Parts: sequence; structure tokens; C-alpha cells
Amino acid sequence: MILVIAIALWAVEIYIRNHTRELMSEKDLEKIFQDKVDNEVKIEPKDWMPDAYRKTLVRQISQHAHSEVVGMLPEANWITRAPSLTRKVALLAKIQDEAGHGLYLYSACETLGVERDETIEDLHSGKAKYSSIFNYPTLTWADIGAIGWLVDGAAIMNQVPLCRCSFGPYSRAMIRVCKEESFHQRQGYSIMLKMAQGTAEQKRMAQDAINRWWWPALMMFGPNDSDSEHSAQSMKWKIKRFSNDELRQRFLDMTVPQCHLLGCEVPDPDLKFNEETGHWEMGEIDWDEFWNVVKGNGKCNRERLRARKGAYDNGEWVREAALAYAEKKRKRKAAAAA
Amino acid sequence: MSSKKNWPLWEVFIRSKAGLNHRHSGSLHAADADMALEMARDVYTRRNEGVSIWVVESNNIHASDPDAKDALFDPANDKIYRHPTFYELPDEVKHM
Repeated sequence: MILVIAIALWAVEIYIRNHTRELMSEKDLEKIFQDKVDNEVKIEPKDWMPDAYRKTLVRQISQHAHSEVVGMLPEANWITRAPSLTRKVALLAKIQDEAGHGLYLYSACETLGVERDETIEDLHSGKAKYSSIFNYPTLTWADIGAIGWLVDGAAIMNQVPLCRCSFGPYSRAMIRVCKEESFHQRQGYSIMLKMAQGTAEQKRMAQDAINRWWWPALMMFGPNDSDSEHSAQSMKWKIKRFSNDELRQRFLDMTVPQCHLLGCEVPDPDLKFNEETGHWEMGEIDWDEFWNVVKGNGKCNRERLRARKGAYDNGEWVREAALAYAEKKRKRKAAAAA
Repeated sequence: MSSKKNWPLWEVFIRSKAGLNHRHSGSLHAADADMALEMARDVYTRRNEGVSIWVVESNNIHASDPDAKDALFDPANDKIYRHPTFYELPDEVKHM
């Protein structure tokens, strides 16, 4: 008798263990999820997660992926006109890395159950955004230096904390991206150094590039904390670790001395060093310009989207042909084996 | 053929140097195994990260259910005698 009861209890226990998810309320599941996040346990794709967490990640990771891919366009403008073979291969390698980073991120996004095509369609329809910085044109070779130094510098500042993001696949993708990206910033700064130490005309080009890229780079950290709508929730979920303004301040403190080392000026008349706090203090960002570019009215928004859509549409026959060829090979192999 | 058919998803495993296991690196889309290998080289080994690559179509991977992990791994939880520290021996015993 006792044995029968023991077996029955054991069976019930096994059943409960195997059906935990169905037997628990949404609230319980949410608590388990948040406990994991609070204890720095990574969330993996098949684990239970709140719908809003999944949606936030899909939005953020796919837009991050789009930014990597669209980010190739302004730089690609200078591959054929790089001033030396060394600079050309370095720029090619950097751009190839950006393609790779886009692919790591699309893969991370797909683990959340979205098809890659859907995310790409959202980019093409304008529903999904990408970093606004890539809607500015690259007018001279010095822009390539300024992008590597300032734009990749700001991106690294944003991405390093994402290596500790609560979602496993995103965190792992970011670790790989950050490892590769430090070369990008160094190659950019090395271009700037060369230009800044060059002829008066080259120096002028360097300063001109800084003038045009400085403020958009600072905008890359997003709206001020007081106006940032998704921030608090993302912090609680540990997708985000530091606020926009905190990261912007760190970037400013690191970058101002680098600019001075070039012998160039920071295009901010209000910039000053606060001896008491040990921090640089900047002037007001022109948020009207920021939102205007986000809304699609930047100098290159239309051109960038046209280039991406063109690449996708013109590649369609290649994707189809590759599939047809794979199918033909598979059939041949099967026939030979039969 | 439908024009919307996508290239299948592949999981990529890389052996970073001789003597080590292949480890999961990530995934990618490719039309077939040959293309998946070449793409894996370009996406995951641009800085000499590997000496060998495996690719497996993702739908051939079978995974345990994360919700059943307690029950699945339960048998190992109460077997401390599988660990060397379970056995107390006098200090005089050397080389063990």
C-alpha cells in the first residue's frame, strides 16, 4: 500500500516537473524570469520570457543589424578612392567586418522566432529604423577617418555594456563584435592623425570632417535621459546597463582629449572642462536636427534605402538560382546512390 | 518554385586549434552545405579563429526542453559519491 502511494506521489511530482510552464500563472513565470535577470542568469531563446521583452529585443537587435549593414554604404563610397593600397585593404576589411556584424545580429534576432526576411522587409518599408548617423554623406577621405574614430568610437561605447545584456544570443554576438571593432576605431584615428599632420589643406579637411561628424556622433547615444521612452524598462530587464547621458558623458571625456591631440578643435563653443568634477561639459544638442533625420529627412536617407533595396531585389535571382542548383545537386547525388 | 523560399538555416561549429573540440559559433543561411562552409569561413573565421568547420542544418538539431531541465538532470543531483572529494582518506596516503 505504502509503495503504491509512494509511486503515485512520484508520478505526480514528475508530471508537475514536466509541465511546469503550463501549470504556472503568467505572474509566476514573470517572477522567475525577473529573478534570473536580477541574478545575472542569461535568458536563452527557448526560455519563457515576457512578450514585451521579446518584442523589445526583436526591435533593438534587428535595428542594430540594419545599422551595421547600412553603415557599409557611406564608407563604401571611398574604397575605390582610398589614398593607398594599405588604406584600401584596411577599409575593405572594416567594411567586411560590418557585414559580418550585421549577420551575427540577424542570427541573434532569428533565435527569437522572426524570419530574417521579415526584418529586412521592415527596413525596406521604413517601419524599422537604423542608426541615423549613416544618413550623412562622406564628402572627403577625412570623413573615413572621422567615422572610424568618432562613429565607431561611439558605437563601441554603446556596445561594450551590451556584452553583458541579459539575452544570451545578443550578448554573445556583442562580445564578438566588440573584439573586432577596436581595430576600426584605431584605423580611423590613424587616418585623422595622418591628415592632421599633413599639408594645410589636409589639416583643413580633417577639421571639416570633425565639424560635420562631431554632433551626429554625440546624437548616437539617443535622446536625453529625461526624454528616453524605453530606457527604464530596458534597464530593469538588463538589456541596457547605462543611461544614454551616462554613455554620452563617457564618450565626451574620452574623445575631447583625442581631438586636442590631433591639434584640431571641437566644434562646440560651449565646451568647457569642469575642474571640480573632472568632466568635460558640452553645449546643447540640436534635437530638432536629430528627429528630422530620424523621420527620414536627412541628406542621404532616401539614397541609403534605395541602395539597400536595390541590392536585395537585384540579388533575388542569385538566391533563387543557388537554391535551384543545390536542389539539382541533391537529386543527382540521390540518383547516383540509388 | 515560390520566389519567397529562403535559404535554410545552418549551425556553425568551429575547432579553434588542433586538439580542441568543435564549438558552436553561431548560425547562417546558405543554399547548401558547400556554401554554408564557405560562408562560415567568411563570417566566423576572419581572424584565424579556426582550423576546421562543421555545419549542420539547424532543423537536424534536437534539443532538450529547458522547462524539463530539472527532471532531466535530476538523476545526477544526489550522487555525490561520483566525486573524488566524497572519499575521506587519511593524510598519510600520498599520490591519490
